[in-house]
Amino acid sequence: MLSSTSALLQSAEAAANPLIPKTAELIVGVIAFALLFLVLRSRVVPMFEKAYSARTEAIQGGMEKAEKAQRDAELALQQYTAQLADARGEAQKIREEARVQGAAIIDDLRSKAQEEAARITSAAAAQIEAERQQAITSLRTEVGTLATQLASKIVGEALEDQVRQSRIVDRFLEDLEKSK
Amino acid sequence: MNSIQFAAGPGFQPPSTSDFNLPPAFGHSLYATKPIFLVFFSVILISAFFIASSRKAAVVPSKMQFAGEMIYGFVRNNIGEEIIGHDFMRFVPFLFTLFTFVITNNVFGIVPFLQFPAMSHVSFPYVLAIFSFIVFHWVGIKKQGLGKYLKGIAFMPGVPKAVYILLTPIEIATFFLVRPLTLSLRLFANMFAGHLLLLVFITGGDYMLHDPHLFMKILSPFSFAFGIGMSFFEFMVQCLQAYIITLLTALFIAGALADEH
Repeated sequence: MLSSTSALLQSAEAAANPLIPKTAELIVGVIAFALLFLVLRSRVVPMFEKAYSARTEAIQGGMEKAEKAQRDAELALQQYTAQLADARGEAQKIREEARVQGAAIIDDLRSKAQEEAARITSAAAAQIEAERQQAITSLRTEVGTLATQLASKIVGEALEDQVRQSRIVDRFLEDLEKSK
Repeated sequence: MNSIQFAAGPGFQPPSTSDFNLPPAFGHSLYATKPIFLVFFSVILISAFFIASSRKAAVVPSKMQFAGEMIYGFVRNNIGEEIIGHDFMRFVPFLFTLFTFVITNNVFGIVPFLQFPAMSHVSFPYVLAIFSFIVFHWVGIKKQGLGKYLKGIAFMPGVPKAVYILLTPIEIATFFLVRPLTLSLRLFANMFAGHLLLLVFITGGDYMLHDPHLFMKILSPFSFAFGIGMSFFEFMVQCLQAYIITLLTALFIAGALADEH
């Protein structure tokens, strides 16, 4: 009873001057602030910091990933470009080879054809020559016979002598060739 | 002091400092008062909110985490990092506690049913100023050593010797008396005056409403409306004061960390 009276008295005194602190409130203020500080320091600040660093990491990780993807893409592009250039070169080479080969085949065929033609021509020429010789020979015989027959008929004299006969014919033919 | 009355309203008891001296909620215990309940309630409320919002620590925050992070980030980056700079992380828990504790208890002043700013009881600002005082001196002593720290305060380098006659008492008073006093009294006076202002308009409106004269009854809503308007203004002051006490504490810490002030 006495203590409560003094407490009321004390609070009445404190009311008179609002700048005088109350012991109870000072104690409560210290406890409350310290309590809040401990809770926030141990439970809240580390978690928010964790979220911050995780976010920073996630952003940096994403950026690194993107950079890597870009590098990969550039590398792939370079590879493709190189491959394309290779392929172009290859195609060029193949075309060149084909052209050379084509030309060689054409040359080959041409020379073969020319050979063939030459062979045919020479064969034909030989045959013609042979036939001509044959014709000349047979003609000469026939002409000789005919001429002899004609001459014998004309001269009326039989030229039995074979040797003389052929000599006469030869002479005649030589004369003929000379006059030609 | 309590018996000052306005001549215009003989029946009206204007609110006074005694209105801040609320009786114990039950019994006669000095610990069972409204401001003490509010202070403990604020500790529970702040802890619950921030534990809930930071528990997941997700990379992509929920709305609640985002809200918690916004407040935390404000203290951490805009006050801690910007003012203290290098090595600021050590002081973030303290600054964060200071800011949330003050802003919550201040805003209680306009929250319906709570409607009392605990910081209008000077004991609480005193406690905060003592904590701030201990922290920034302790930081300075730890950084520079006791002798060098005190010498730096009492004899500011780069000043002609004759000036010390004037400067030394001023500097000592500044660091050991003026800083903690202004820190606590600024907060206290703002909350005290703000609450008193709201009391004037709202109890005044109530008084006019019950006055037998019709003219007074007609004017009563204006008083209430002004009280509501002042509540918004008070909200701004409450937030601003929480920011100021945190900012100044950070500035004191930064000053103690710097080699020369």
